[in-house]
Amino acid sequence: MKQVSIAVLTMLAKFFSGATVRWVGCMPDECQRVYFANHTSHLDALVLWSSLPKNVRVLTRPVAAKEYWSGGPVRRYVSSLFNPLLIDRKQVKVHDSPIDLMIREMGTTYSLIIFPEGGRNPSGETLEFKSGLYYLGKKRPDLELMPVYIDNLNRVMPKGEFWPVPLLSSISIGAPIWLEPGESKQDFLTRARQAVLDLKEG
Amino acid sequence: MSQWFAIALIGSFMNFATFFQSNLLDSTTILLLVAVLVTLVVFTALGQYLKRQPEIAIDQAIIRTFNNRVIAWLTIFVVLTITMTLPQVVTVVFFGVISFWALREFITMTPTRRGDHRTLFWVFFLFTPFQYYMVARLNSGAFDWYAMYTILIPVYASLFIPGRIAFTGDSKRFLERTAKIQFGLLICVYALSHAPALLYLNLGQYNPTTGVKEIWAGKTGGLLLFLIVMVQFSDMVQFIWDRLIGKHVIAPSVNNTRTWEGLIGAACLTGLFGMLVQLVLPVTPFTWYGSGVMALLISIMGSSGKMTMSAIKRDRGIEDYGTLVHGHSGVLDRIDSVCFAAPIFFHVTRFFLSVG
Repeated sequence: MKQVSIAVLTMLAKFFSGATVRWVGCMPDECQRVYFANHTSHLDALVLWSSLPKNVRVLTRPVAAKEYWSGGPVRRYVSSLFNPLLIDRKQVKVHDSPIDLMIREMGTTYSLIIFPEGGRNPSGETLEFKSGLYYLGKKRPDLELMPVYIDNLNRVMPKGEFWPVPLLSSISIGAPIWLEPGESKQDFLTRARQAVLDLKEG
Repeated sequence: MSQWFAIALIGSFMNFATFFQSNLLDSTTILLLVAVLVTLVVFTALGQYLKRQPEIAIDQAIIRTFNNRVIAWLTIFVVLTITMTLPQVVTVVFFGVISFWALREFITMTPTRRGDHRTLFWVFFLFTPFQYYMVARLNSGAFDWYAMYTILIPVYASLFIPGRIAFTGDSKRFLERTAKIQFGLLICVYALSHAPALLYLNLGQYNPTTGVKEIWAGKTGGLLLFLIVMVQFSDMVQFIWDRLIGKHVIAPSVNNTRTWEGLIGAACLTGLFGMLVQLVLPVTPFTWYGSGVMALLISIMGSSGKMTMSAIKRDRGIEDYGTLVHGHSGVLDRIDSVCFAAPIFFHVTRFFLSVG
């Protein structure tokens, strides 16, 4: 039953987003990765997750906002299907930061989908990245950090809307980057953001 | 009470069953379909042969475009053949899906604003399906569905769109945004829906000796096939003439490959081809000269459609709808000429030959 629901969910996500997936300079792989993408719509996590091949998808967990996905029975049910890692953005504890939680939940099997901008920018511009990606790269240097550019999905479902409009969008996944030895936090975050933006053009 | 309910239930079921009558193809139509398919297979083979001749005088880029188009046409005809052997409603659904996809491409290309979101929702999920639902209901049920079918988008939708956008309170570039959505709906959905609507026409035929209009005995699948064959023939002739003998470009700022030679050549040859088809394999109720005039009209409308879509693409600064979002194949690039030809072909046919 759950398999059927997942199949329906991914089919709906693909239909509404009309998303094509381009793997630019990399291939789908089951190794541990962190996909970091620009954030434009509530559908981002779901569409990106749906567009991964099935064998990769079962090993990938989107990091999502707890207050959104635990609001109401429908969202709770949908979120039980794509197995997100829910982060409470209101109660960030110093001794148990979201990064520690992510690393603990990933273990040695799961990959993550994160949105380093922190929030959605209604204008569609990509904001400065928050530092989470840097700490993930620092604590787990073995992870492949995959830049992802999501195009046009903010028009499919803008902030504050409930019903999507089925326009065409595209998801570009680029070659992995890693934290270079001695690279400063700011330099790394700028480079990571640029890697995402570069996919917009090519 | 319960027996009335049972009668109503059976009645609505039988009403529903009329959707699934298949009577689109007769032997002449099937012969024409086979002839077209064989020709396209020969062209495909020819294209593949030319591709392997490096020292030929024709430009390789032209051969590549030719091959892509021939394969697209072959695909269209194979799918059309399959749908036309199935119940009538399958062809309607097939065109509905194409419309939906074309509208997606069109709206994706045109910048809309945040305030248009809910209007677009109704355009996609109410007006588009309802238009095709009405095609399938033509000639059935208690209502005169044709009266609603012809005005749903020109009247109801084109008033709804500006009204709904105005209520959102976003007045920036209001007329432009309204016009874009209206135009997209008109071309991609309304115009194209006339192609499957051809299947639901009740037509007569002028008896050449007495001049009296009699009921036409042929199948309406032939009309749809005639339209698609003529559009594709015209596109193909125009493509070849533009490349091989075209000198005078019509409007370089709109499209730098379309020439007057191609336009006129395609119109004349399509007209002759229309006459020929009617004399050899009569799939329509037209007379031989009527068929020629219809084919000529289809060719001119098809060329206008191509020019219009080129103008929109140049205005938006894109090459093909296919390259709009990475990796999508452009449906709109393939159907622009059908969109313009279908409503005119439908209405001229209906005006002269409709019975009852």
